[in-house]
Order: sequence, then structure tokens, then C-alpha cells
Amino acid sequence: MNPLRISAYTLTTALGSGRAAHLAALRGQRSGLSQAPFESCSLPTWIGAVEGLETALTGELAAWDCRNNRLAELGLQADGFLEAVARLRERVGAQRVGVFLGTSTSGIHQTELAYRARDRGPGSALPATFDFGRTQNIFSCADYVRRRLQLDGVSHVISTACSSSAKAFAAAYRAIHSGLCDAAVVGGVDSLCLTTLYGFNTLQLLSADICRPADAGRNGISIGEAAGFAIVEFSAAPGLALLGYGESSDAHHMSAPDPEGGGALAAMGAALRRSRLKREDIGYVNLHGTATPANDLAEDRAVVDLLGERTPCSSTKGWTGHTLGAAGIVEAAISLLALEHGLLPRSLNTRERDPALRGEILMENREAPLAYALSNSFGFGGSNCSLLFGAQP
Amino acid sequence: MNPVFIEAVGCCAPGLGGWTRAQPILRGEGPYVREELAAPQPQRLPPNERRRAPLAVRLAFGVAEDALGTNGLAPAALATVFASSDGDTHIVHRISVALAEPPRAVSPTDFHNSVHNAAAGYWSIAAGARLPSTSLSAGTASFAAGLLEAAALAHVEALDCLLVAFDVRPPEPLLARWCIRESAAFALILSPRRSAGSLAALRIRTVPRVAETAMEGPALEALRQDNPAARALPLLRQLAQRASATVLLDGAGGCSLALDLETL
Repeated sequence: MNPLRISAYTLTTALGSGRAAHLAALRGQRSGLSQAPFESCSLPTWIGAVEGLETALTGELAAWDCRNNRLAELGLQADGFLEAVARLRERVGAQRVGVFLGTSTSGIHQTELAYRARDRGPGSALPATFDFGRTQNIFSCADYVRRRLQLDGVSHVISTACSSSAKAFAAAYRAIHSGLCDAAVVGGVDSLCLTTLYGFNTLQLLSADICRPADAGRNGISIGEAAGFAIVEFSAAPGLALLGYGESSDAHHMSAPDPEGGGALAAMGAALRRSRLKREDIGYVNLHGTATPANDLAEDRAVVDLLGERTPCSSTKGWTGHTLGAAGIVEAAISLLALEHGLLPRSLNTRERDPALRGEILMENREAPLAYALSNSFGFGGSNCSLLFGAQP
Repeated sequence: MNPVFIEAVGCCAPGLGGWTRAQPILRGEGPYVREELAAPQPQRLPPNERRRAPLAVRLAFGVAEDALGTNGLAPAALATVFASSDGDTHIVHRISVALAEPPRAVSPTDFHNSVHNAAAGYWSIAAGARLPSTSLSAGTASFAAGLLEAAALAHVEALDCLLVAFDVRPPEPLLARWCIRESAAFALILSPRRSAGSLAALRIRTVPRVAETAMEGPALEALRQDNPAARALPLLRQLAQRASATVLLDGAGGCSLALDLETL
């Protein structure tokens, strides 16, 4: 495929706002996870919470106020992203810039609060201030972001659980390749809420311990929240680019991965084929690596089937937690940082590598030049997406 | 964008039960009479899941099967796009009720069915469909966004693509706070290649914001406005009439889409 140039990118997670904060935390091997309580949640668990979301949105977009859109706003303010989009808008025109974001939660926490606050009498109406369409609706985050960035191009939100914001890159590639827009803002926003905390808990996928990807004693996820964005376009200029993407469906189970890893393998294989690279070119795999027993085993099988046992790989969810619908953009951004700075992050919180895993799990950070990185994102419903990044000469 | 070809249509809406029954109504040969929508009993869902599957999933399956019924394409050979403004708000309601009171007992089934791609997940399992699948929302413009993504999949990846647009009427108290009043679903099968059975060629352009193409009768126009998936109706009317035309749709961004339809 034609490389899709990454002209700008940024991320905001529990590690902080912007690329520098993330690079420092990765180098310092400092996790963003904590046992701090989230709202009224009483579950014993670790979370990756973003600081600075207490203040309501104001101004003409105040009606979009909810935790998810506050997080979107915080994310847009990092790394000069607002200014980069303003220059892009000047250069190609507001109508020609698409907006494709991923989320799983949208602003559902606003609905949770509204249900708690509703009248107890007959009719049980929700509070008059509750604005379903601008907060809980799945499109809300892209609607907020496109208005905030004054962009009028085609736009939608992908919501395929934990692969959502990885698939935003594929959607943008298709839209640009089809001539529907000339450039796009891609990314995702996913925020802490009671639905995901209690929901994953009821499926026995939420760990009471800090998440330990690839560890022999791993027993589930830690949930995080994040926002991340990138500008993508076709450009002859050298620099970081999306070189391949692959999407597939497991066709196996709603909430468990195919133990054979077939869908994961199909997605990674499609990304590799599109890039026309060889398997030995891949220097690092950012694993989906949720730290559930089933995911890490199935993914390891797929990675080894495609790339062999010697390709360095790690999940970075020990740093950020599982940011669900934002995991795709967060881990794409970490892969881009790895490429830019020659830093292969270790599998944080992994004490004893699961001997059943055959892949080359990084137990220590590695400083080494890196040319090509693969980033995996898999979700409920068997939705898989794999992205391949590298430098465009 | 190069043209894509519309190979089949599915329709599952109040008073428009199935594409075969809907066509004369959309041609204006008979009156449109709103009837309560019977929840579909999709054949591709295993019998034990057919009754307990969420309404949104049954609706999506029902309309997909309606489209496939008139077409020889194997479902496993189709990429899929599931477009829905809100997915299943009944599940959102049940989870929100559970979370509002101790002990916050969220049903595990509700939680895994709460993902926006639940219908896509069930479909891929039932149809053995392992090709790319997207589930998206663009609010009330979700049909337009789904059509763009399905056409782009066909155009860029040379895949035949099943587009399913669906939305369900929310339960109270959400109903009072949101614009969806009806449950309805519509489906199209798009192909990058013209076949003997192609109904029309479709070209999509983005244009500056303009008024949408409306339906003629007040009842069908009400349906169009009461469900985001029913924004498909003006396009389906042209297909039923075998009449070439340009149909205008709101895009989700600040733009509109012009759908240039050439019937074959």
C-alpha cells in the first residue's frame, strides 16, 4: 500500500500528557497504574486514571461535557496538536480533513450518573440536564473533536471494543485512498466508568492485582483511560508512516479469543503483506497483551506462527492499563516513540515469564535502533486489527 | 470514488417487512401503513440463542438474511459494516439500572452484549465470516457513514461487502431523552464488480452541506426521521423504482453526501 504519513501524533494516559511524559515514564520504568479509587467503585483493583478531568467543559461546546470529552480535550492540548491541525486545515481546507476515532465507552459514565440521580417516583425520568446525544452517543467524541478542530470532512466513530482506535487508521486510509478526504485526524478516547469496571469484573477478567502481561501468575486486566490522536495523509516527505494494516474476525466467541490465534494471525499477516516487508524486518511487536491467561497465550501462538520465536515483543499495558477503545492509538503512539527513539519497552510488572509462551518477551527495556514495529489490538466480538509502522525514507 | 455495485437489498422496518414487500410500497403502488415490527427470528442464529439474543442483534440478522435471500453470495465471503447510532440501548438501560443500586450486579451476558460490535460478533460466528468487519456510529448520519465505509472497503480492498444499518427504539427513561422513536434496519450488499444481478451502480461524492432528500408521504417521511438507519429510505425508493437519481444525505461531519445512482 502507499505509506500513510504520520504528520503529528500525541497521547495522554495515566503516565501523563504528551510524548515526552511517556518517553520518560517508559525509560524510568514507572507504571501509571494505582489503587486509587474511581468515583464510587468499591472493587479491589488497579486503574490507570488520567489526572485533570475534574473541570467541566465550558464555552460553546459545554453541552458535550462528560468525562470522555474532557479527556478528548486534554488529549488535544498536548504536543502542539491543536496548532498542527490548524496548519493542516489552512493547507488542505476544513472540508477535506476527515475525523475517524475509536471508543468503547463513549460518555457512558454520564448515563450512569443520570440513572443514579433520577426521580424515584412514577415515570422515573432522567435529570433534565442529561444530554444523551452529546455524551453517551457513540459518535459524541468525534463530534466534539471535529467541532473543536473546526473540521468539516467525513467522520465516524469505530466501536469494535478494544480494536476500535487501531481500526481508525484503516478507515482513514480507505477514505483518503478513495478521495473522500485528503488527510485525517485519527485516534481514540476511552474513559473510566462503572460499566467497564463492574462489567469486566463480572466476567472475571478484572485483576485485583496490578496487571502482569505474560507473567506465569497473570490473572486479568487493569483498566485504564486514554486519549490519543494523529494526523495522517499521503506525503512524499520522509518520516514516520503507517506501512501496513490488517483486519480480521475470529468468528469464534463473543468474549474469548480463538485459542488457536487464527484471527490474530490473519490480521498480522495482512498488515505484513500490505507493507511488502519480510517477517525478519519486524523488530518489535507491541502486543495486545491484556494479561488475561487466554489472550496472552493465543496472541503468543499467532506471533510465533508469523514471526518466529526471536522477534522482541511486549505488552505496554503494565504501564497504562488496558485503555480499551483507546488501546489502538495509545499502543500505536508507543510504537512510534519506540521507532523514533530506539527504545523497546519491556513487559512491565512481569516477574516470571510464563513458560508456556514461546515468543521473545522483553523482560528489560532495550535501547536499539528499530526500523519496523507491529502493534496488535484485539477486541470482544473477535475483532482484530494489526498496524505496521516504520520510517518512510 | 469509482462506482460500486448494489447487489442486494434488505429491509426490516415497521410496515416494510422484507424487501419484496417493501418495493411496491416504495414505488407508490400501495399505501404505506405503519405496523408494529415483529422481532425477526433469524435462521442463522442457533435456536437457543434466537429468542434470547438482544433485539438489536435479531434485527441486524433479520435484515442481513433478507438481503442474502435474494442473492447467491456466501455470507462467509463478505466483509461487513454494521452501522448504528447507539447499538442496543436496552442493554445500556439494564446495566445503568444495575449500577445505580447496590450490589451493582451487572449481568455478564449483558456486559459482553453491550459492545457496539455485538451484532457483528454474532454474525461473524454464525456465518463463519473472518473477513474485515467494522462497527461504527455517526449519530443520526450513521447510515451515510456506513455506506461510505462499505463502499470504501469494496473500492480499496476489492471485497464484496454487507452493510447493515440498524437502530432500536430505546426503553424509557432513555426514550424521553433521545430522538429514536422506531426500531428499523436496512441492508445493502455492495460489490466492486458488476454482476448479472447488479441492481445499480453507485458513485458517492462529498458536497458542502445541503438539505437531505426526503420521502413523499408524511408517514414514510416520519419513519425516515424516527430512526437513523431509515435515512436509507430515499436510496431504497430509487432502487425500488429502478430510477436513476442523485440522493442527498447528511454526512456526519460538516458535509453532505451526493449518491449518484444509475440503475442497471
